[in-house]
Amino acid sequence: MNRKPLFVAALLAAALSSSVLAQKKYDPGASDAEIRIGNTNPYSGPASAYGTIAKSIAAYFKMLNDRGGINGRKVNFISYDDSYSPPKTVEMVRKLVEQDNVLFVFQTLGTPSNTAIHKYMNLQKVPQMHVATGATKWNDPKNFPWTMGWQPNYQSEARAYAAHILKTKPDAKIGLLFQNDDYGKDYLKGFKDGLGDKARAMIVAEVSYEVTDPTVDSQIVQLQASGANVFFNITTPKFAAQAIRKAYDIGWKPVHYLNNVSNSVGSVLTPAGVEKAVGIISSAYIKDATDQRWANDAAIGQWRQFMNKYYPDGNQADVFNVYGYTVAATLQEVLKRCGDNLTRENVMKQAASMKGFRVDTLLPGISITTSADDYAPIESVQLERFNGKQWELFGEVLGK
Amino acid sequence: MSAPRIEWVVPAAGATDRHAIWKKAGAIGLLALACALPWVSSDYSLFQYSQVYSYAIALLGLNILTGYNGQISLGHGAFYAIGAYTAAILMDKLGAPYWATLPAAGAVCLVAGFLFGLPALRLEGLYLALATFALGVSMPQLLKYHHLEAWTGGVQGIVIAKPEPPAVLTNAGLPINADQWLYFFALAVTILMFALGRNLMRGRVGRALIAIRDHAIAAEAMGVNNALYKSLAFGVSAMYTGIAGALGAIAVQYVAPDSFNIFLSLVFLVGIVVGGLASISGALYGALFIQFVPNIADDISKAAPWAIFGVIMIAFVYLMPTGVAGAVRLLLARRKSP
Repeated sequence: MNRKPLFVAALLAAALSSSVLAQKKYDPGASDAEIRIGNTNPYSGPASAYGTIAKSIAAYFKMLNDRGGINGRKVNFISYDDSYSPPKTVEMVRKLVEQDNVLFVFQTLGTPSNTAIHKYMNLQKVPQMHVATGATKWNDPKNFPWTMGWQPNYQSEARAYAAHILKTKPDAKIGLLFQNDDYGKDYLKGFKDGLGDKARAMIVAEVSYEVTDPTVDSQIVQLQASGANVFFNITTPKFAAQAIRKAYDIGWKPVHYLNNVSNSVGSVLTPAGVEKAVGIISSAYIKDATDQRWANDAAIGQWRQFMNKYYPDGNQADVFNVYGYTVAATLQEVLKRCGDNLTRENVMKQAASMKGFRVDTLLPGISITTSADDYAPIESVQLERFNGKQWELFGEVLGK
Repeated sequence: MSAPRIEWVVPAAGATDRHAIWKKAGAIGLLALACALPWVSSDYSLFQYSQVYSYAIALLGLNILTGYNGQISLGHGAFYAIGAYTAAILMDKLGAPYWATLPAAGAVCLVAGFLFGLPALRLEGLYLALATFALGVSMPQLLKYHHLEAWTGGVQGIVIAKPEPPAVLTNAGLPINADQWLYFFALAVTILMFALGRNLMRGRVGRALIAIRDHAIAAEAMGVNNALYKSLAFGVSAMYTGIAGALGAIAVQYVAPDSFNIFLSLVFLVGIVVGGLASISGALYGALFIQFVPNIADDISKAAPWAIFGVIMIAFVYLMPTGVAGAVRLLLARRKSP
């Protein structure tokens, strides 16, 4: 047997691969030494509770840099305050893109803020990566190929509740309460899609409220009168607390589904009265560090070490800090896969070719999958039930 | 008859010839600088300067009401919002050209301001401040009201197209991009509005407004129609702010209820006080302050940007009790005297 051709082929392959490796490609914001990433977050103003997300992300990159960065490059994370004001977001994002020359922006927060820069980012062809909002419109690669979400969007969450109802109570009579805006309608659409043909027969009452309404008491009375035995509660925190209290007070005891937006124990269930919230079903996709179930979990243990060392001021009971850690780990993987080809196009391409990627702070069974025509990284959630003290996960992971 | 009597209240234009020459030279220098900026600044900075012009017009509007007429408004963000939405709706729903939305926004706000001013006449001082505060607080919620959603776009707001430089200029081979064009457009509008404002405040109307501020009963005794002038001040002030709002919306290319919260109204008030009450040029200084100082504060501390902003603001107010405009005036006066 002649071994020569094999040898030549091997040599050729080696030469080819090394030339591919040697071919470094950079867009503005990337170099041999660093990768520059931009961000806006509300550090001040009405939504400043979210500010901790960007702080935990910055801390994560600091940890990463201490460990040698990504493929030998340090991450330079530049974050500005936009006070949750869309004009300020436009100004700051233009500064990031045009003056700081970032490779892309990451985790810009808020639906209105991201809407304000949506067109601009796509005209400039600069990635608007893993935006921090649950609206479904970020998954539109055809019209907006440079914008991608991250968390489960409102529609996929609502589909999970619908699937659970179909399975456990196929003859349910459902009453809906929703906030009359994009957010409420997003949930509504996902829920009806999830019920499919049965939506018309199962939904017996559909009641809305305005953000400007003082209470939702009359809506709850109306829902009770409709005879509904399942209640899907699509409300923001203040109204969620009112709805829970009123339903309990008038003796209405439906199976109660509460959207993820308002499942905070501290700011919703406690004000409503925890004894009134027993049995409510909601959903989650990342590990809540206050959950006893994760007390000895390795990933949460690592996260605590990270918090102690790199973000000692951060509140370890705040799930936003787990969120920031998890989304930053996702981006780390995207950039790792980019290798030496750090162009904006390749960043988008790698972000859109995740196949079942897992960060261990996500709930077991939940992973990140994207493709060229699916820009929704996390599309599954797990249901949880409130036991009067804390949420308890149950059942299997729902969704894709 | 009454006019000459109170003329001394306003410092007469050009007290000395030398003073007038200095001022003219300064104005021409500033104008030359403003025109040179687009050729040396980045597009991003030009966007910021366009915002400054928009704020300057709004502050001038508020200054007419608060500085010259003594009526405190904590709700001018609402008029800014009405102007912005007028422009956005006209462009988005009716396809109006961007420049035509400015007069429309001004007219809408003139009427809105005048009407709001009529009942507000019965309220004095702090009570008026509270009434306008209510207006400012409720505006974002009104903009989300679902019966108006077909027009306002609800919480989603309205995305508007960026104005392109006119074909005449680009065809002539002038290398001007959209940001540069927007800057010049904003500059031209600002110069026009400032010239109008200056003439208005230097004339009979301005003297009447100041007289009402300083002593309402005395002004009335001299034949000034207090009710009319106060409502008029409200209307004109709202008109300025509305035009500014339209200009700001065109620059940002997006309007949403969250852009016009109560904080905007408070920042406007900060702007006129820091810039200088009852001063035309003060509006420009104030606009520079509210545009750039929050950014500086954010650079200094991410943990407490508004605390830093507060410290800077206190320093300004302490060091320049009559505003930046007052300090500049003082400085010029010192140089003049031997």
